[in-house]
Amino acid sequence: MRANCWMGTKKVEVLEVPDPKILSSQDAIIKVTSTAICGSDLHLYDGYMPTMKRGDVIGHEFMGEVVEVGSGVRRVAVGDRVVVPFPIACGACWACERGLVSVCENSNPNAGMAEKVLGHSPCGIFGYSHMLGGYAGGQAEYVRVPFADVGPLKIEDDLPDEQVLFLSDILPTGYMGAELCDIKPGDVVAVWGAGPVGQFAMASAYLLGAEKVIAIDRFDYRLDIAATTGAMPLNYEHTNVLEELKELTAGRGPDACIDAVGMEGHHSSTALHTYDKVKQTTRLETERPHALREAILACRNGGTVSVIGVYGGMLDKFPMGAVVNRSLTIKAGQCHVHRYMRPLLDRIRNGEIDPSFVITHRMSLDEAPEGFDIFVNKEDSCNKIVLTP
Amino acid sequence: MAGHDSTTRKLGKLLGVASLGLGAPMLIKPERVSQAAGVDDSASSVPVIRMVGVRELGHAAGLLLGSSRWAWTRVAGDAMDLAVLGRAARERDGNRRKRALLAAAAVLGITTLDAYTALRTRRAKTGTKSADALRLQASVTISQDPETVYRFWRDLSHLPTFMYHLQSVEVMDERLSHWVANAPLRKQVEWDAEITADVASERLAWRSADGSDIPNSGEVRFAPAPGNRGTEVRVQLEYQPPGGRAGKVVAKLLGEEPEQQIRDDLRRLKQVLETGEVVLSDGSPAGTAARQQLKQRPAQPLPTTDKS
Repeated sequence: MRANCWMGTKKVEVLEVPDPKILSSQDAIIKVTSTAICGSDLHLYDGYMPTMKRGDVIGHEFMGEVVEVGSGVRRVAVGDRVVVPFPIACGACWACERGLVSVCENSNPNAGMAEKVLGHSPCGIFGYSHMLGGYAGGQAEYVRVPFADVGPLKIEDDLPDEQVLFLSDILPTGYMGAELCDIKPGDVVAVWGAGPVGQFAMASAYLLGAEKVIAIDRFDYRLDIAATTGAMPLNYEHTNVLEELKELTAGRGPDACIDAVGMEGHHSSTALHTYDKVKQTTRLETERPHALREAILACRNGGTVSVIGVYGGMLDKFPMGAVVNRSLTIKAGQCHVHRYMRPLLDRIRNGEIDPSFVITHRMSLDEAPEGFDIFVNKEDSCNKIVLTP
Repeated sequence: MAGHDSTTRKLGKLLGVASLGLGAPMLIKPERVSQAAGVDDSASSVPVIRMVGVRELGHAAGLLLGSSRWAWTRVAGDAMDLAVLGRAARERDGNRRKRALLAAAAVLGITTLDAYTALRTRRAKTGTKSADALRLQASVTISQDPETVYRFWRDLSHLPTFMYHLQSVEVMDERLSHWVANAPLRKQVEWDAEITADVASERLAWRSADGSDIPNSGEVRFAPAPGNRGTEVRVQLEYQPPGGRAGKVVAKLLGEEPEQQIRDDLRRLKQVLETGEVVLSDGSPAGTAARQQLKQRPAQPLPTTDKS
């Protein structure tokens, strides 16, 4: 089959690789009908995610048709149309039983590697490094999906792929980012990062009752898409974000701040950006946490900072003084996708949200390398790319 | 490797420094030492003291660079010194005799400390039976009640499903079993084992039969995890190689990070008991294994050999 493989920093190639097969009785093989490039795939592309190996099939947002199931699979059958959540979860451990699927205790066979970096291991993830399992990903014609009774969500109506594909990751991720903010009537929510995840977080914040949502980014075309959710755009290259947020909230600061940027943030100050870029490049820290630092400083006293951007290891210059002295709450997590899929599918079906508004590019799987190139360079107003094999 | 406790180690280092402090003046100013001990009337005293000085430096090197067990060499040296000083005191009188007795009293003082330290090294060792015993422990929490986990383990033939260095365990009767392990260079190691303790849902212990190539023993304890979280499983394994060669085999058998291997075993046990099977990925197609985590294959489907 054809699959998009990570071949080194800034290099992906669509190669012919073996077809996946059933390895365990709880597996299913999915024939991919739609897959997407995620902003977090860019961390792999840029070489900042440790434990990648040349030849890894990447991609963790995908859906398709079940073409084969293991002998133990009961809930899905050949011919079913399914969306597959990016975290691989066993459904049986303590964490899964509590809905914390992204910290499933069993799905990462390379847990020992993750423990060295993270203390304990999170779940395995499709196409997202060896320390997170070493699973072949979804930018491919076929994917082996472990625990097929636990993850895949059956789509039984005629909603097109483009409306349900993002249930695999970015819609639930954005939604969880807003949910972690525990939004109360009247709340002002600021979102750093107006990419697709940030855009979904903004839309979700309104769904959950926010009074006002503020979008912070440096690309006007992204802020324009964000504005369609109702969010108020702030371009941090043209304005002082901290002062502007104080102004907008009459000195209080946003009630909740969402970091939808993660480890590769930018800063309007060249000096500060260079400081973290140098430390990141020389591996003295793994992150460039500009958005997170600013979100913490901006948040109102006693407010909540919700972190859904991806971080991989260590960061420095962390404003812990602000967190402690101003009673901030920090909540974070890789999305527990499984528990949001069905309720969000209902919201899509009810017309409360149409996630396809984030898509700007439709390409074939073979064009994936070109897609990564324009996505990482923010060319051609690229916001979200959907690939079809 | 069995080490000594921290007090024993500190005492050893202290004695090493003391040996250095005693040896140096004996080599640099043997005449003064000879005077202090009241033996400066003997022509042979200076060369003898020099020799004792060299010996003291030997104690110092052993104690400072090696283990506290070198305290035994000090005890032997003390015996020699006491014998010499005793004779010197007997053969002299007056002021010289007093000085020799004072020196002997000082040596007797340090002998007490030497003997105490040396005995401590022995006590620390008896706890682990043999200095070369390889003792490993690991633990895991499993979302199953202690009875289920105990029962699975009690059928020893299940062990190879999660203990990857084992090829098979054949249960002969309630007490006896035959174990086959993969060894390096494609050879096998086999031994008979017997269950030495069996408390349902709580504890199981076993030990290889006398005369095994690789004497080993193990114990697993099952305890309810707080908050209804299943079972806390704690395993302790001990391999007691009689000779160096077998020791090397054990180390290779278990890989370079034996503790990690035991943790991997328990992780697979958890996977089997919670999900029904060992979890596999493309990078780790054989499942969790420390050695494999160092040598991952790319996260690509495995090449197909047959498409039946």
